[in-house]
Amino acid sequence: MSKRKILMSFATMCMLSTAAVAEGPKAGGVVNAVIQPEPPSLMMGLVQNGPTQMVAGNIYEGLLRYSPKLDPLPGLAESWSVSEDGKIYTFKLVKGVTWHDGKPFTSADVLFSIEFLKQTHARARGNLAQLEKVEAPDESTVVFTLKQPFGPFIGIFEVGSLPMIPKHLYEGTDFKTNPANNTPVGTGPFMFREWQKGSFIRLVKNPNYHVKGKPNIDEIYWHVIPDAAARSVAYETGKVDVLPGGSVENFDVPRLSKLKNTCVTGAGWEFFSPHSWLWLNNRSGPTANKKFRQALMFAIDRNMAKDVVWNGLGKIATGPSGSAIKYYTSAVPKYDYDPAKAKALLKEAGYKGEKLRMLPLPYGETWQRWAEMVRQNLQDVGINVEMIATDVPGWNQKVSEWDYDIAFTYLYQYGDPALGVGRNYVSSQIAKGSPFNNVEGYSNPEIDKLFADGAVAFPDAAREEIYAKAQKILVEDVPVAWMLELQFPTITRCSVKNLITTGIGVNDGFRDAWIEK
Amino acid sequence: MLLRNPGSMIGITILIVAVAVALFGPLLFPTSPWRMVQRPFLPPFTLAGFPLGTDALGRDVMAGIIYGARVSLLVGLISTLASLAVGIPLGAVAGYFGGKIDDALMRFTEFFQTVPSFALAIVLVAIMQPSIVSIVAAIAIVSWPPVARLVRGEVLSLRTREYVQAAVVTGQTNWWIIWREILPNALSPVIVLASLMVATAILLESSLSFLGLGDPNLMSWGYMVGAGRTVIRQAWWITVFPGIAILVSVLALNLIGEGLNDALNPRLAKGGR
Repeated sequence: MSKRKILMSFATMCMLSTAAVAEGPKAGGVVNAVIQPEPPSLMMGLVQNGPTQMVAGNIYEGLLRYSPKLDPLPGLAESWSVSEDGKIYTFKLVKGVTWHDGKPFTSADVLFSIEFLKQTHARARGNLAQLEKVEAPDESTVVFTLKQPFGPFIGIFEVGSLPMIPKHLYEGTDFKTNPANNTPVGTGPFMFREWQKGSFIRLVKNPNYHVKGKPNIDEIYWHVIPDAAARSVAYETGKVDVLPGGSVENFDVPRLSKLKNTCVTGAGWEFFSPHSWLWLNNRSGPTANKKFRQALMFAIDRNMAKDVVWNGLGKIATGPSGSAIKYYTSAVPKYDYDPAKAKALLKEAGYKGEKLRMLPLPYGETWQRWAEMVRQNLQDVGINVEMIATDVPGWNQKVSEWDYDIAFTYLYQYGDPALGVGRNYVSSQIAKGSPFNNVEGYSNPEIDKLFADGAVAFPDAAREEIYAKAQKILVEDVPVAWMLELQFPTITRCSVKNLITTGIGVNDGFRDAWIEK
Repeated sequence: MLLRNPGSMIGITILIVAVAVALFGPLLFPTSPWRMVQRPFLPPFTLAGFPLGTDALGRDVMAGIIYGARVSLLVGLISTLASLAVGIPLGAVAGYFGGKIDDALMRFTEFFQTVPSFALAIVLVAIMQPSIVSIVAAIAIVSWPPVARLVRGEVLSLRTREYVQAAVVTGQTNWWIIWREILPNALSPVIVLASLMVATAILLESSLSFLGLGDPNLMSWGYMVGAGRTVIRQAWWITVFPGIAILVSVLALNLIGEGLNDALNPRLAKGGR
């Protein structure tokens, strides 16, 4: 190739790449996505299952949206301000927004939604515990007044946490039996059109959406395909274009991602930040000993679990907070894989080969394989582990009744330590009957105080300091054995552009998405 | 007679190999079959140390099959012995005493026979929590009724023989008569049935493990097939080799059963051909 030709081709390449950049969103097109499992309902104010949020997050809207860094973005509120003392939050709503049935959306709907969700949405009720009153001075202004400053408050307005409910359809009715539940009406970019149970849910473009020029896509079909292998095949044969996180088995991901025109991303779960760990029973047996728990952390090869069981997706969890959670710090004691150190610690702890019962999470192959791997790691350093097989109800019961020594789990963290982290470590959350609270029975007055202070400290710098301290203490004490920050890869055709732009990914992603033709 | 039958010779050879593998294999493969020894999804016949490749976690498939032989044979043998221990006395008592006792025992047996045996085994294991003990118990519970029926039929016909009546006349106790006079003569069909029951038990255990109801702490062939099933498109060998192991051992036991049948009922065998 002559010099001139090289220059020429270089120039062509430049031109091509500029052309690619210049290409903007295109209107039109139909997207086929998988929804797994089929949601029980799409009325987001009443039901908050994962699949409900994924479909209905494109029908309903919250006051705010959140970037992958969990910074608030405008949603139904175009601007907001917080008073000096951190107690008064004022939201200005976008003007001219209408519900899918044409009625205007106003501040009265916001007030109504708050009352509605306090009755129906357990997590919203908790999030609103610090709320003293909420008022609407005019049609497009809402003012929240808190009893005391509550730092995480700005993080509670996500569509799944605080969706806006139409007052004109629900006021004065029995919410649970209202016929409107079958034909959800929101303000979102897509309108509910049709639901063939067991087959598909069809959403169509909202032509009067309040963001001009959006959405670009005409229709979304959410297909219900119960078998994991069949979902992979549906993607391979071109029946569906979008496989949201968790809809195919991990070992299928590498094969699917090698297909032509296929893009894979782990982004879009930052708000939930699924964090996995082993519950360690802090009450009795060898796991009651801090040295023994530290030994466990050194004995488990988390890198290998990430590479082999999760096909390289995810991150090693360094402590109680996921790295996407506010006030996360990596300045904590480290537990790298070190069997020799684990053995030394076991000796110090005086472990004599007592048998430990381990419960895998009964969520399918991946979790079973992971438990087998951890059991092998533990046996390698001389810990006597017996695996107990359970089904989902059995697992729930054993964990909530504290009948275990080691148990796998993963929980969502909702962006702020006060919303999704503290609940697993403070002693006020020790109560039988729930598998999501302080199941391990860790009790430390210092930690209780730090989390209590952290929730209401003001401003943010004060919170940061408190949570850094809490993380350090927890990681030193190892109340539970943190495993991985999980990533659920979303697989799409590369021609579906701009789908994942926020911290909740596919759940509200179709607003900005477009299809390249 | 048994050794002259080529089919049963093949069966016996395979079984001897399987038993030898179960007994001595772990000496050749001292590391646990759960240990991750190589990269995951290593294809078979690529590395000398791992002739059958590795599974999804990098565990040696060969080691799994060897340790699995132990579990499968052990479960087959013990659960068969257990069901014989229940079925033979029950059938003998029913057949010997007849009348109301027979009615009661046979209705009880039929109660178990009316429930599909695999469904019952699943329910039992699920209730008792999967472990080697609960699996053996479940297999024994679902497989004793045919033994009881068979023994009852044999005893029923032997009961009327003259040598049995002679024993009654000489004043021997009922139990002595059942034990010394009747059972030894009723045993040959039971032996044939038992050899087939071992095969069925191995299949049952494999099916339970395949469904995830195996003992999670023991490597078995059914577990390997079940765990490999989902990755069959990427790695066929994880499912195929343990599948062949199940096939071959069940086939061997069936051949032996066939041979035993011919040997123990020579007239039947000749008449059949």
